[in-house]
Amino acid sequence: MSELPPTPPPAAPAAPPAAPAAPPAKTVDDIKRDPIVASAVARVNDAILDAKEFAGEITLFADRDRIVEVCRAFKDDGFVYLVDLAGVDYSKFPNHSGLRFSVAYMLYSFQKNARVRLRVWTDADTPVPSVTGVWKTANWHERETFDMLGIQFSGHPNLERILMWEGFNGHPLRKDFPIRGIDTGARIYPEVFPEGGGPKAGSTGKPANDVNVYKGEWKKYGTWPAAQIGGAPKPAVAAAPKPAPKPVAAAPAVEEGE
Amino acid sequence: MFDVHEMEVNFGPQHPSTHGVLRVLLKIDGERIIEAKPIIGYLHRGTEKLFEHMAYPQCIPHTDRMDYVASATNNLGFVEAVEKILGVTKLIPRRAQILRVILSELQRISSHLLWLATHAIDIGAMTPFFYCFREREQILDLFEAYCGARLTLNCMRIGGMPEDAPHGWLDEIEAFCAKFDAAVDEYESLLTTNRIWKRRTVGIGVLSPEDAIEWGITGPPLRGSGVEWDLRRAQPYECYPELEFDIPIGRNGDTYDRYLCRMAEMRQSNRILKQCIPLIKQTTPGDLKAKISKVIRPPEGEVYHSIEAPKGELGYYIVSDGKTQNAYRCHVRPPSFVNLQALPMLAKGHLVSDLVALIGTIDIVLGEVDR
Repeated sequence: MSELPPTPPPAAPAAPPAAPAAPPAKTVDDIKRDPIVASAVARVNDAILDAKEFAGEITLFADRDRIVEVCRAFKDDGFVYLVDLAGVDYSKFPNHSGLRFSVAYMLYSFQKNARVRLRVWTDADTPVPSVTGVWKTANWHERETFDMLGIQFSGHPNLERILMWEGFNGHPLRKDFPIRGIDTGARIYPEVFPEGGGPKAGSTGKPANDVNVYKGEWKKYGTWPAAQIGGAPKPAVAAAPKPAPKPVAAAPAVEEGE
Repeated sequence: MFDVHEMEVNFGPQHPSTHGVLRVLLKIDGERIIEAKPIIGYLHRGTEKLFEHMAYPQCIPHTDRMDYVASATNNLGFVEAVEKILGVTKLIPRRAQILRVILSELQRISSHLLWLATHAIDIGAMTPFFYCFREREQILDLFEAYCGARLTLNCMRIGGMPEDAPHGWLDEIEAFCAKFDAAVDEYESLLTTNRIWKRRTVGIGVLSPEDAIEWGITGPPLRGSGVEWDLRRAQPYECYPELEFDIPIGRNGDTYDRYLCRMAEMRQSNRILKQCIPLIKQTTPGDLKAKISKVIRPPEGEVYHSIEAPKGELGYYIVSDGKTQNAYRCHVRPPSFVNLQALPMLAKGHLVSDLVALIGTIDIVLGEVDR
C-alpha cells in the first residue's frame, strides 16, 4: 500500500488510485469491529491474528490450527457459503518473509450480502486442517489446491490429484515449476523416446530449443537432460556453455523473435 | 467388494453427452447408478499458470478459452477484477458499461441456447437443436459484426471497450430482440408441456436449497432450487442497478425446474437488452475508454471479484505484488467446476440415461472445469 501514493503524480488522473488509499489507516482492531465481521470475530477473537482491508474487501488472517473452528464460527454467523478456496505460493513475492504458502477462503453471507476472506499461512510440510467437515464444497477446492501447489490438508476424505494425472511429479502452480513444463518421467513410448526422456508436460517431447516458450525463459532451464525432474541446478550448468560461442548475438535475437 | 450384480463402467471421456471430455466412473447395478465419480482434468491447460507469466491485457484472450461458449462474460469478470484492484471501477464510461451489459446478455442467451439444444438432444428431443441454433447463429453474427470473432470474442479491455458499436448494429439487436420472445415461445411449445420431456425431467436430480448452498452451487441450478440469488441483483456491477429484470426461481429443484429457470432467464435477458438499446443511444458515441495508464501495474494487494456468468458465479481472485505488470497469482473460480461436484449426489439412485440429463442440467463446459 505504501507504493500507492507515489504512483498518482506521474499519471495524470490522480483521483482514482487515491480512493483505496484511505482504508489502510484502519488498524487491525478497526477492521475486526467492522459490522460485517464483528459478531463472527467475537466468537473466535483470539484465533484471528491479523486483518487487512484493501479495495473494500476484508481479509482476516487466522490461526492455521484453528481454521476449522474459525470457519464454523463464521458459518454459524451467516457466512454459510464458501465461494472459493485458493492457494498462493508466496516464495517469489517481493519482501516476503515467513511461511511459503497461503490458503484463502472466500466466504459469502446471504443475510448481510457481504463477503469476507479468511487466510492462513502454511509451508509445504505442515498440513492445513481440512474444512470439508464445515462445507462439502471444500472437497474439490482443497484437492485442486493440493494438486496445483502441494499444500497438504489434514482430515480430507480423499486428498488426491484432480486436474493433473495420478503419479505426476510436481505441483504446477508453485513458483519454482517452470512454465514450459517438466520431464514427467512417464515412459509411454519407449521405442520413440530415449531412456528416461518421456513426453514432456506442455510440449511434444521435442528438444528444448525447438519448443516455443514465453519470454525466453528457456535460458534459465536450458536443454533437458535425461530423467531430469524439476528445476535442478544441472540444466543451468548445461545451458551456460551452450550460448557461450556467440552470446551477444544469440541472446537479443531470441528476445526480438519473441 | 462387488456384489455379483454390480459392475463398474466408464462413461466418457469421449462421449457426446458428456459435453466435452468428462469421464464419470459409474458403479451400476443393472441400469441403476450406485455411485458416480467424475474424473476431470483432460482439458487442463494451465491457464492460471499462464496468467502469472503475462501482462494483464494479454490474459484476456486466455479467459475466452475457459468457458468457450460464454467468452464475453469471462472477459467481463476478468477486466472488472483488474479494474477493482486498480481502483478505477467508477471511471468506466457509461457507454462502455452499457455495451458490456449488451454483450454479456447476448452471450447469456447464446449460452443458454446452446445448453437447451444439447440438453434436449441428450434426452432425445432432436428438433429443439435446430430451432436453438437458428437464433444462436444470429447472435454469433452480431458478435462477428462487433469484434470479428464468433466464439472467442476477446471483446473487452481493462478500462473500457475496444471499439464502438458498428453502424446499424444496435438496430440489428433491436430487431433480434423483437423476434426473440416468439422464438422462446416456440422452444417452449416443443418441450414445456411435452409428456416425454416431463417424464424425463420432472423429479430427476432433486437438489434442496440447503444442499445447493452446502455444495456451493450457483447460477440457474441454485435458483432452480428456489434460492432467489443473482449477483446482478445482489452485488450489481456495471449498469445493472438501473435495469429492470426478475429473477426466475424454481420450486422443486429438479431438472424440469432448472429448465424452466433457464427459459425464463432468456426472456429476462431479452428484456434487459430491450432496455439497454435506448440507454446506449442517449450516450456519446466513442466515449468508451477510461483515462487510465496504458501500463497496468496495480498496487500490492488482493481482490476477489465475481460476476453472474450464464452458468453461475464466475470469480477471479487476483494477487498483485505491486512491482510487476503480471498478476502474482490469478485464481479462477469457475461455476462449472463447483456445480459439477454435486453430480455424484444428484446421480445416486437414478438410471444411467438420467445421468445424461443430469450432466446436461448442470450445464458444464469442460474448458472451464479444467482450465
